[in-house]
Amino acid sequence: MMTLHAASPGLWALAWRRLRADRIAMGALAVVAAFLAMLLLSSIGLIASDWEDEVAVNYAPPSFIGADAGTRALAAAQLPRETPPNAFDPLAAELAELKAQVRATHPPVEKATTLPFGADKWGHDIVKKTIKGGETSIVVGLVAALVAVALGTLFGALSGFYGGVIDDLFNWFYSIFTAIPSILMILTVAAVLQQKGVMTIVLILGLTGWTGPYRLMRAEYIKHKAREYVMAADAIGASSMRRMFGHILPNVAHVALVQMSILVVGFIKAEVILSFLGFGVPVGVVSWGSMLNEAQNELILGKWWQLAAASGAMALLVTAFSLFADALRDALDPKLK
Amino acid sequence: MLSFIVRRLWQMLPTMLGVVVLVFVLFNWVGGDPAYLLAGKMADTAAIENIRRQLGTDQPYTVQLWIFIEQILTFDFGNAWSTGEPVSHIIASRLGPSLTVLVPLTILETVLGIALALGIAFVRGSLTDRAVMVACTVGMSISILVYIIVFQYVFAYEMGLFPVQGWGNSLGENLLRYALLPIIIGLAVSIAPTLRLYRSFVLDEVNQDYVRTARAKGLSERRVVWVHVLRNAAIPIITHVMANLPALLIGAFLLERFFGIPGIGREVILAVERSDFPVIKAITVYVAAATMVFNLLADLLYQAVDPRVRLT
Repeated sequence: MMTLHAASPGLWALAWRRLRADRIAMGALAVVAAFLAMLLLSSIGLIASDWEDEVAVNYAPPSFIGADAGTRALAAAQLPRETPPNAFDPLAAELAELKAQVRATHPPVEKATTLPFGADKWGHDIVKKTIKGGETSIVVGLVAALVAVALGTLFGALSGFYGGVIDDLFNWFYSIFTAIPSILMILTVAAVLQQKGVMTIVLILGLTGWTGPYRLMRAEYIKHKAREYVMAADAIGASSMRRMFGHILPNVAHVALVQMSILVVGFIKAEVILSFLGFGVPVGVVSWGSMLNEAQNELILGKWWQLAAASGAMALLVTAFSLFADALRDALDPKLK
Repeated sequence: MLSFIVRRLWQMLPTMLGVVVLVFVLFNWVGGDPAYLLAGKMADTAAIENIRRQLGTDQPYTVQLWIFIEQILTFDFGNAWSTGEPVSHIIASRLGPSLTVLVPLTILETVLGIALALGIAFVRGSLTDRAVMVACTVGMSISILVYIIVFQYVFAYEMGLFPVQGWGNSLGENLLRYALLPIIIGLAVSIAPTLRLYRSFVLDEVNQDYVRTARAKGLSERRVVWVHVLRNAAIPIITHVMANLPALLIGAFLLERFFGIPGIGREVILAVERSDFPVIKAITVYVAAATMVFNLLADLLYQAVDPRVRLT
């Protein structure tokens, strides 16, 4: 008889059980985890910290294509050459000594004619550059989306649940922010500030991006607050806070999750666009956006690999992230199945 | 109902004031003194003083704010700093090209999105559903820049199916010749996120009791989907479409920039690059006013599609 009253698993334990049964979700989770591990390793400097070394010739093609005659000639031309001795040079002795020192510490290396995924205009390794650029873009996208969804959910819950004066106040706030389209606001602030930086982008995106989640969460709360289960919670004396965040939020959290997955995509794209226009990351910081900016002109020259690397890495991450968020929603909200 | 409309119209005044103050603070306080910008590199003090007097920036902030409000009320923002063209003329002449791209794009996107979402939501869990969703997530994870760069390169530059860029004088020529590829790219970029979002709205409804009741009454599946479910899923869809309409005007700036379409979005980018403050200010204020009207319309439409929503 005791077994009949065994503790039933909670919402999140059930969700995790359902998630584990979903092979696509676990695959997506593995990809996202791999990207996050890569981000962690590159941010503490274990990998890709030497991406700025010019290890190959300009526009070295990927290894699987192989070097053509042009690239080989370029590599030969770029080998360090001895200048003929100048009898009238008063610094000849000092220069010879310095050159010998340099050669001792930095032996001349022949620049590679091919790299695993090619090289850019300066001969940087595209794979390392993509990893480093991913670090910037992922951090911007994730942190900004978290800020935006948290703000939007809080404001939307308060606004939709209480209505009246509070609703008016938040709507006033909302109208001011949405009346100026976020992309215009971002561009304007970027132009006015003249201050480029990763934190600046995160704050601008996060503080202007809460309006989308807010509007949808408010509509959800208006819809849900009149439903029977909320009235029942009210009847047993649940406080407003508890009804808002204990009862309604789990039933509308999938909207926030879908929003979050869309926002991460949106913010990574926004960062890309800002960097493309030159309003984004500062000079010297690489992101997928600044890579696409370079790749646009390379495509006309037939050098497609930087475009493929940046957009491929971005598409892979964002696809995995969205698939996982989708599966998470299905797992958290079984009544949709 | 009437009191709601009156109250909302009354609410627009403080909102507009909020927008005006925000824009004012951004440009007059954060942005610094425009006199140095206008006077150029070889400016003397007298010239700078002269420009300050003309712009009114030698006045206290309260007076400057009043000058700004007067400009808004009289629809007279003066001339653009960079080209000397009247700002009102800039906005009037750039609106047409923007709408030529955006009106067909929005209509196609919404109709296609709703139709596909209703179709997909009713075979949910099937192989088709999963394949379409995976295709959507892959499609929307690629940057709009990649779509534009690759589509423009392949279809216009390599294959020559469309002009690489340009803009004509007649609506027909623009719509059928120059706007076609931008519209196709816009659709390719926007249909995936739209379908995903609408599908989640529809899925919220398909297991509700009223759907079962409608089926139990013996209604055809077509009627259940297109009348009963659609009407209930319409609330968040209306939110989405209405909230996006005014922002689209600016949002298509990349398409306009790449394809050389003389629209509002491209004008904003040019103005930001040239620090042409009167143009940005004017566009911001006009777009703000449009957004407020559209928000009111969205709330009125809620009640039209869902009588349970009480607007008080």
